[in-house]
Amino acid sequence: MTTPASSLLASDAVLAVRDLRVSFPSEAGLVQAVRGIDFSLRRGETLALVGESGSGKSVTATSVLGLLPEGAQVSGSVRLEGRELLHLSDGEMSKIRGKEMGMVFQDPLSALTPVFSIGTQLVEALQVHQDLNDKAARARALELLDLVGIPDPKRRIDAFPHEFSGGMRQRAVIAMAIANDPKVIIADEPTTALDVTIQAQVLEVLKKAQEVTGAAILMITHDLGVVAGMADRVQVMYAGRPVESGLADDVFYTPHMPYTIGLLSAVPRMDEGGEKKALTPLEGNPPSMVSLPQGCPFAARCPIAVDVCREVEPELKASADGLLSACHRSTEIGDSVPREEMFPTPDVPAHDRSPRESRPAVLKVDGLIKHFPLMKGSVFKRRVGTVRAVDGLDFDIREGETFALVGESGCGKTTTLLQILELPKAQAGSVVVLGKETKSLNGKGRRELRRDMQVVFQDPMASLDSRMPIGDILAEPMKTHGWSKDRIAARVPELLSLVGLLPEHAERYPTEFSGGQRQRIGIARALALDPKLIVLDEPVSALDVSIQAGVINLLDELKVKLGLSYLFVAHDLSVIRHIADRVAVMYLGRIVELGDADSVFGQPSHPYTQALLSAVPLPDPRKERERRRILLTGDLPSPADVPSGCRFRTRCPKIGGLSAADAERCHTEDPAVQALGADHTAACHYAAALEVV
Amino acid sequence: MTQLVPDVPADVLPEEKQKKTRTLSRGALVRRRFRRNRLAMVGVGILAVLLVGAYVLPYFLKFSYTDNDWNALGTAPDATHWFGTNHPGVDMLALTMRGLQKSLVIGLIGGPLTTLIAALVGASAGYFGGWIDRILMWVLELMLVVPSFLLLALIAPRLAGGTWLYFVVLLSAFGWMITARVVRSMTQTLKDREYVLAARYMGVNPLVIIFRHILPNVASILIVDATIQVGAVVLSESGLSYFGFGIQAPDISLGTLIADGQPDATTSPWMFFFPAGFLVLMGLCVAFIGDGLRDAFDPTAAGAKAVVKSIKRAKGPIAGSPAQDVVSNTARAEEGLAS
Repeated sequence: MTTPASSLLASDAVLAVRDLRVSFPSEAGLVQAVRGIDFSLRRGETLALVGESGSGKSVTATSVLGLLPEGAQVSGSVRLEGRELLHLSDGEMSKIRGKEMGMVFQDPLSALTPVFSIGTQLVEALQVHQDLNDKAARARALELLDLVGIPDPKRRIDAFPHEFSGGMRQRAVIAMAIANDPKVIIADEPTTALDVTIQAQVLEVLKKAQEVTGAAILMITHDLGVVAGMADRVQVMYAGRPVESGLADDVFYTPHMPYTIGLLSAVPRMDEGGEKKALTPLEGNPPSMVSLPQGCPFAARCPIAVDVCREVEPELKASADGLLSACHRSTEIGDSVPREEMFPTPDVPAHDRSPRESRPAVLKVDGLIKHFPLMKGSVFKRRVGTVRAVDGLDFDIREGETFALVGESGCGKTTTLLQILELPKAQAGSVVVLGKETKSLNGKGRRELRRDMQVVFQDPMASLDSRMPIGDILAEPMKTHGWSKDRIAARVPELLSLVGLLPEHAERYPTEFSGGQRQRIGIARALALDPKLIVLDEPVSALDVSIQAGVINLLDELKVKLGLSYLFVAHDLSVIRHIADRVAVMYLGRIVELGDADSVFGQPSHPYTQALLSAVPLPDPRKERERRRILLTGDLPSPADVPSGCRFRTRCPKIGGLSAADAERCHTEDPAVQALGADHTAACHYAAALEVV
Repeated sequence: MTQLVPDVPADVLPEEKQKKTRTLSRGALVRRRFRRNRLAMVGVGILAVLLVGAYVLPYFLKFSYTDNDWNALGTAPDATHWFGTNHPGVDMLALTMRGLQKSLVIGLIGGPLTTLIAALVGASAGYFGGWIDRILMWVLELMLVVPSFLLLALIAPRLAGGTWLYFVVLLSAFGWMITARVVRSMTQTLKDREYVLAARYMGVNPLVIIFRHILPNVASILIVDATIQVGAVVLSESGLSYFGFGIQAPDISLGTLIADGQPDATTSPWMFFFPAGFLVLMGLCVAFIGDGLRDAFDPTAAGAKAVVKSIKRAKGPIAGSPAQDVVSNTARAEEGLAS
């Protein structure tokens, strides 16, 4: 790299990576996963590597750890306190991994061995690198578990990983990572698999661990919100190379590389409510890492690309104070080329709608209950308990409305969806779809109802039959409902162009499409029969940010164009803030707060909603620093063992501030739903609005 | 990804449209992909030649499989008897062709039939679960425990009056159990996949779901199984024939021929190796076809995919740049997946 880069590299760097290149041989040719990356980490510093899937960020981390698969070709240098790591044998690396470098991986379940207790694994991690006797190691393990906030560590130390929840496991993994006072902690998507409230807890633990050990953190993530809250410095990666690198504030507020600008503008923001604005999608796909095009790899997607971009790949060079950008036009950006409106934002079709009360209800759910029996015994089964997955749910969706169901995993949102989609005959409570009570329907009526209610699933890989060409996938609902062949043949290309694909894509198989395209196909299938209501189960959570924006815009556009209503289930509150008209927050099978999106996000009144909203990281470093998080203690209680009185009382941050008599009410009395505004209700004895975003 | 339509130059769309007025369904695509597999087409070709040979060739032969040439008892292949003769002086070529007629039909019907029963029972048990599963599994376990050869031997004489096709059905009825178990467990994992759920919520009939979504997704194992079953059925038929059930003298099958020729394999190899060779050839053809079918059904199969690309490229010069655009588009989509 050139001189400006080296000026940043302080001599006191703990970890210094120079011109790291990694490639893997594959059937199609050499995959150049990382094509030259430089960075250095100082003590106590956090560097975030940001990028979409396939940008080479995880490969960078694995090569630093020396965990690349055999056959990978690595060049460059990785130095830990001046010691070259790249050419060390696996045996020598083992002495460094876990001692000098700690690791926190994405999936806390597979990072722990299921057959040993947490304590055993921690003790092992300690004894491998330190000369400790069993007693001292155990004492240290207890100390570590206490440090990462595992309640009652004396008892929990002998628990097995499956007895821990996801957040607890990740804490245990962090405890292992810091067990030997490492110089560097490498965290690869440490919170991606966790709920927001748990994510906030784990990030706090990670910060605390860093304070205690003084380690540098190399954080790999795609979540710009997490980056804004954690990172001192940020390096944005694209197609195996860093394209922008600098202090977090500079990268977030004055980026000089179009990719960073596009990425930041594609993120839905929870702090921007009010009038609806379309998201700015980043068109196109990252290039193939096997045969990279000539010139800048981003040129094909770049709105300000000029001829030189297609010929020469730009070097990472200083574009502003302390900021390095790889763009030929980086000096013009923010100057003659404005950052706003760089990427074209599509227009949102105008909503003109009559008031909510006058529109017909598409779906009405009244007192829906779904309990699963807990059985014991193999021959004679007896009921030992009840899992209250859904425990009395009331809401309705009017025509042309997006209704969002939010909550942590395990709160019963998926069960609610399945209850609505299955159209079961025997259930407590009523589900009325388009004015028809589902319980009383006969076979024919059910089939007709299924035509008006369609579903889009979360995982675009699993929701399309990989053995069927797209044309057949789209034709399936129409065939089922007895459309003629000619009518189907005419409808398929129409559907494909409706979701922004080409009609000739009908002959291809799902494997030939990327995640975003598949999700579009899933949406097209749902639209085939001109339904009234579409149930969307986490439709964008499996997609990269830049692609997510396109799909959200598509959903918004289709809703207006076709007069659809959506029942939208998601855990990403920023997406919901963007797309939903009304929001219901679920906790342990109940709705705790419900209302129009502006009220719920603007004046959240239930303490759970407040905690949930405050836990969502914003892609804005300054706001992140100023925000005060309401951290919830512990995990979601099991729905088989619902607390008495108010379900939320075991984790409620408010209950501590109440007088004993008031708190007693929370313990004994189940709070009723009370109206707080025109379209805003909450189920809390002491509901009070609080601004948290 | 995203808005592809505006990305494509305006002149591309009409051309692409007129080229493909109607899109191909899965059946058509599978046929097309199958035809691209050269080895499978060779298998189909040889099998067709065998079938035609077995049924047509006997009319042009000097000897019938019932004639004895008393001047040539157990002679080696020569100009008059191409495949030689057996001990009673019957022409081996005529015998082999007659045996092939029977064995081809038995194998080609029996093998797939066995797999079909296995697929249906396994998929139904796995998909519906509950009582259907319990009853089907109970039957299956019963069939596994009771020695099938004994049952076959018991039933066979009662069907002696009927056509030998009964035996094919009987042979299939005793060979499906193991595969059905495998299919059942695969179905159990498939039935909770989102595309199956999606079909269910569309209101698709459960049996249609089994045929449209479940069975194609277990196609690999079914096809491999059917391929193996073809050989197995031919051989177990010969086993029965050996005991005097199944194909009865003077009628003949490859199995009986092989059994008869076995003792003389070292001294008069033509009596054994010609029928055995045809059985091997038949098995080989079926295996090739099975491989081709598996690749045709599996969109990720490397073989079929590479061919797809080369075909597209071959179209390139005719269609001009648009076709190439489509190809590069595909590559990009794949890249997105790999991540």
